[in-house]
Amino acid sequence: MTAVGEESALASADGRGSRARPQGFRPPGWLHPLVVAASIIPFVWVAYAFYSDLVNNTRLLTSEPIKEAEHFTGKWALRFLLVCLAVTPLMRIIGLGWLVKYRRTFGLIAFGYAVVHLGIYFGLDIELMWSNLVEDVLDRLYITLGMLALLLMVPLAITSTKGWIKRLGNKKWNALHRLVYVSGVLGVIHFYMAVKRDVREPLLYGAILAASFGYRWFWNRRETQRRQMTALAR
Amino acid sequence: MIIRVTPDHPIPSSEITPEGVYQNRRDFVKEAGLLGVGLAATLSGARTAKAQQGGTSIGGAELKGELTPEEDVTSYNNFYEFGTGKDDPKPNAKNFRTKPWTVKVEGMVAKPATYNIEDFLKPHKLEDRIYRHRCVEAWSMVIPWMGFPMSDLIKRVEPTASAKYIQFTTALDPQQMPGVRFPVLDWPYVEGLRLDEAMHPLAMMVVGVYGKMLPNQNGAPLRHIVPWKYGFKSCKSIVSIKFTDKQPATAWAVATPNEYGFFANVNPEVDHPRWTQARERRIGELRRRDTLMFNGYTQVASLYSGMDLRRNF
Repeated sequence: MTAVGEESALASADGRGSRARPQGFRPPGWLHPLVVAASIIPFVWVAYAFYSDLVNNTRLLTSEPIKEAEHFTGKWALRFLLVCLAVTPLMRIIGLGWLVKYRRTFGLIAFGYAVVHLGIYFGLDIELMWSNLVEDVLDRLYITLGMLALLLMVPLAITSTKGWIKRLGNKKWNALHRLVYVSGVLGVIHFYMAVKRDVREPLLYGAILAASFGYRWFWNRRETQRRQMTALAR
Repeated sequence: MIIRVTPDHPIPSSEITPEGVYQNRRDFVKEAGLLGVGLAATLSGARTAKAQQGGTSIGGAELKGELTPEEDVTSYNNFYEFGTGKDDPKPNAKNFRTKPWTVKVEGMVAKPATYNIEDFLKPHKLEDRIYRHRCVEAWSMVIPWMGFPMSDLIKRVEPTASAKYIQFTTALDPQQMPGVRFPVLDWPYVEGLRLDEAMHPLAMMVVGVYGKMLPNQNGAPLRHIVPWKYGFKSCKSIVSIKFTDKQPATAWAVATPNEYGFFANVNPEVDHPRWTQARERRIGELRRRDTLMFNGYTQVASLYSGMDLRRNF
């Protein structure tokens, strides 16, 4: 388990962490592994269902298990990305500074689902046809955007370790990891463009994303005002 | 592919449907009886005639070894009126009322009328046909339909000389169709064909599948099938058949005109903007297979001679 001190350092790296109230509550040590385990449940389920559909002739993933597994993992990648982006607002609203490490956790889990999503698309859906992949990425905007969303997450996943945080320093690390916002936006647009007509679910994801961005904007503005006030008072 | 109507069937119907389904024929006749005496007589008559014939064949007999399991045919459906998920229609259409049912024949036709479904079907001899079914979403099935040639219907109601198109409309009932409460499409679902397409012997009015009455999720009590076109070109749960001189504004072509055209012929060379149509996944198979021009029904090609199928997609 990471020391709470380091996580607070992360939270205050942008110079605003001082707003996070000091915490009386320390989460139990098993909470983090439990959250990780719970996050993997959808993956375990879809893997089992896929196996069962192929081998036992069930229809847990409808009659088209490859498509269903592809959509399923894509949606979960987005959901975890949204959860990841909701951590900071939540942390500020309820003042739980120790939540900060869950940003990385959920970000990595989102990345994991996105990689599986890409793997199913390339390996099973288009059957490793490079020509099809190139055509899709070049000619089909929603795939271009989806691919970009995933590629942008690669450096974030690589630098998600404590070692990399130290190496880059909090300031640089935080700046780099703002790419996750871009990934989130691209991911939701990718989903919106991929569905045929029923855009309710992608719109909901977009609304959640917008809410988390809106909160950040509002918080930043208030914080700037506060700093100006403090400066004036001096 | 050869289509033979009931009296000439060289293969027993027991050979074209799995045994379990075949044995359900009694239930089917019973069920048909609920529809009305007239229909029951037609259906059982047709069935009996076929059974007596012994050797019978149906359209698409060469496909009989490739039938998609009935479970897939009746549980993996695009019927947006009952939800946009492909597993939505089956549960959501469970209690859809198809009795009583009326079909309106209207427009440029000598005999406009509103029929009870029993009277509407009565004059037609039912036959089985196995067709490849290619969805625009690049999946496909092989389905044993039961119905009658669309041309028989058209000849019967006698469109006037000015009629150039046939337009079908699906039922619209927000009480029973949870999917229409959200404007995914401009309800009701409308589809249409050029009259010469509709007269082609492959075009079919359908009342049953797998030897049974159409389940609600497959478009009970009456739908049509045009096997050389993408699946969305066929209307389910038809309440109106209209003859007109104007190209019908069809549901998907209205919703997304750059993605779905009026013709929607299966064509491996013309991609959907968001995916390739060169290949398809047959339900039940892991690997994709090549998509065939006109879904393999190349005998329809002459309908489109001189037309740019890339522009008229």
